Amino acid sequence: MNDITSVLLAGVGGQGVLRASDILAEALLEAGYDIKKSEVHGMAQRGGSVTSFVRFGKKVYSPTAAKGSAAILLSFEKMEALRYLDYLMPGGRVLISDEEVNPPACSLGLAKYPSAVDEFISAVTKDIEHIPAVAIALEAGNIRAANTVLLGALSPFLPVSTEIWEKTLRHSFPERLFALNWQAFILGRGQSD
Amino acid sequence: MKKQLLSGNEAIARGAFEAGITFASGYPGTPSTEIMETFAKYKGVYAEWAPNEKVGLETAIGAALVNIDAMAVMKHVGVNVAADPLFTVSYTGIEGALVIITADDPSLHSSQNEQDNRNYAKFAKIPMLEPANSQEAKDFVKLAVAISRQFDTPVFLRTTTRLSHSKAPVLIEERISEEAKREVRQAAITFDTAKYVMVPANARVRRGEVEKRSALLREFAETFPENIMEINDTKVGIITAGVPYEYAKAAFPDYSYLKLGMVYPLPEKLIREFAQRVEKLYIVEELDPFLEEQIKAWGITVIGKEVFPARGEFDPGIIVKGIAGSSEAASVLPTIPARPPNMCPGCPHRGLFYALKKSGKVFVNGDIGCYTLSFLKPLEGLHSCICMGASVSMAHGMSKALGAAGKGKVVAVIGDSTFLHSGITPLLNMVYNKSNVLVIICDNRTTAMTGMQEHPATGFTLQGEKTRAVDFVALAKALGVDNVSIVDPYNLEETQAAIKAGLASDSVSLIVSHRACVLFKRAGETAKPALQVDGDKCTGCRVCLSLGCPALAWRDFAGMPAEEIKRNTKKQEGRVFIETSLCNGCSICQQICKFAAIG
Repeated sequence: MNDITSVLLAGVGGQGVLRASDILAEALLEAGYDIKKSEVHGMAQRGGSVTSFVRFGKKVYSPTAAKGSAAILLSFEKMEALRYLDYLMPGGRVLISDEEVNPPACSLGLAKYPSAVDEFISAVTKDIEHIPAVAIALEAGNIRAANTVLLGALSPFLPVSTEIWEKTLRHSFPERLFALNWQAFILGRGQSD
Repeated sequence: MKKQLLSGNEAIARGAFEAGITFASGYPGTPSTEIMETFAKYKGVYAEWAPNEKVGLETAIGAALVNIDAMAVMKHVGVNVAADPLFTVSYTGIEGALVIITADDPSLHSSQNEQDNRNYAKFAKIPMLEPANSQEAKDFVKLAVAISRQFDTPVFLRTTTRLSHSKAPVLIEERISEEAKREVRQAAITFDTAKYVMVPANARVRRGEVEKRSALLREFAETFPENIMEINDTKVGIITAGVPYEYAKAAFPDYSYLKLGMVYPLPEKLIREFAQRVEKLYIVEELDPFLEEQIKAWGITVIGKEVFPARGEFDPGIIVKGIAGSSEAASVLPTIPARPPNMCPGCPHRGLFYALKKSGKVFVNGDIGCYTLSFLKPLEGLHSCICMGASVSMAHGMSKALGAAGKGKVVAVIGDSTFLHSGITPLLNMVYNKSNVLVIICDNRTTAMTGMQEHPATGFTLQGEKTRAVDFVALAKALGVDNVSIVDPYNLEETQAAIKAGLASDSVSLIVSHRACVLFKRAGETAKPALQVDGDKCTGCRVCLSLGCPALAWRDFAGMPAEEIKRNTKKQEGRVFIETSLCNGCSICQQICKFAAIG
């Protein structure tokens, strides 16, 4: 577990979490790192909880990380950051989208969406950054680019050059969608700088 | 040479292609599904979805019998379905190569059990390889083909969910050349009844061949290049295989390792040698003490399930806990609402199960597919789910055992793909042995849960060719079911009427609940506009919420801005909103709203 950086992406099925983790993994591979990424899909499309570990370094063995070892938790949805907080290392960085997606219990009025999210997170780390991913995605031109916004917000904290990010994003989207996603990425990056 | 990020499944498919496998059959099943989907796209290969894994394996056996390199692909419980041909092809062997992929599911991410299919290798006396990462997943398929031909045996390749769905860099290589293929892999019919007709007299001879082959394989295992001894710090030695190797290396990179690429048969001499070279020996394996029991039987002292869990998948933290005894930091998590998967907005099963619920207190035997999710609150629509096809058989058994007391109380619900997998034979049983059950086929026109695959009633093959489509009504009638009807589950009135008639019947009834899965878009189907709740009419009765549709959300008036609150009854506490981005326009909520508030 030395010299390996673990990033945990978390969100709700349909938010593009796994797409984002694929792009992140490709960028890191292009930057010359050994990488392993894990995901559990299938349940994802049906509004379930979705997570993906992306681990990179000189030589990566395990595709998953032990609890308390992720350097960065990138959460695409507010509540999901809480659900996986155990995996964050003490003092680790949390990047959290402000989007709230009600799970069935909340939609039915049987449970309340947690309100004190920041309070809980600050018990583990003070390094919390909120990203209005949906608003920024709309500014870039399409709500579905919210996941690219979040990748942009994550990018300043990773050893990957802007050139490589651009190359990877060009590879990852059809030509007609590149400009929008690059714009979303840059705007997201602007949030973190 | 460039490396590509491939999942374990993509790597297995690529490995099959590079190895010269040109034939594959299987049935969708998480975590194996992408293997077939990826393989099917390569040029020059034949890949099919069979109705079930037994047919899939038998089909692959047929291909291997004419000197083709063939592959059968299935999840762990799929091997149970394929077990009959499995045990006997172990005796006969084949002419070409036969690789059987078993995709196990430790931690039951997506399955009804977490059985450890390494046991099948020992049980059926078939060698099994287990890769630890995507690169090995690709390489081991080629090794499996070579071993299959060299020893005239089917060969298992085992993957688990974590390997199948993790991605890692893989070196892409050339496919075996056409010349090399032509030399050994010309398809040709071989007549050899002594080898392939397994009447007892012949089978006894082949049984002897199995013993000879097993001895040769045990010897081969001793020098198999993927059984790798890494001598480092000899204070601790770890014997392991598959993804657990990666977890252990991540946790303790400096200990000594014996990494087994072949988990059956085991290399006894190599294991003894490794045991002698280390002070303390651990076995790191998920699920059953499969390796542990065999190694202990040789009198070697090892620590396994004493310190490691016998259930669930591992991670580096579990390895550390087992060996170093450290405990995890206490959880900092508050209790937060669960987020289970749910049926999509507009799912046709929602209408069906709502109608079924309104029909009275019945025991619904369920089966495996998206409709299984109806068991969640608030629909709570099914009461049993054991394995593929069990809904129909169990309903028959219940009905016969209850006799007259069971009339109108027993229902079986089964998906279209599941029905074709293993629902036909128990439906036949119902008619033949005369039970009184309502059977409902949830016909959403696809194999949905696993990602929208084709099946024999969709009209298309895996590789996209048009083909005959099974007519469920005609099939049911041919089996002897007299009461057959088709309903649209988006039409609650029609569906409820058909269910009522079915429950009142004195013999087997079949309803085909026919409406395509909302995620499944064949060209030409247009989306319906989203519906809305009229705040001037909604009384907050919450009846629509009993559908459990993700697009419907309740909001308390407490906490809403005063100008948005409209009480239509004195005691109204809140109202329902429809999330426009989620609503599919199926109109089921509209049909049950008594206040015409949805439109």
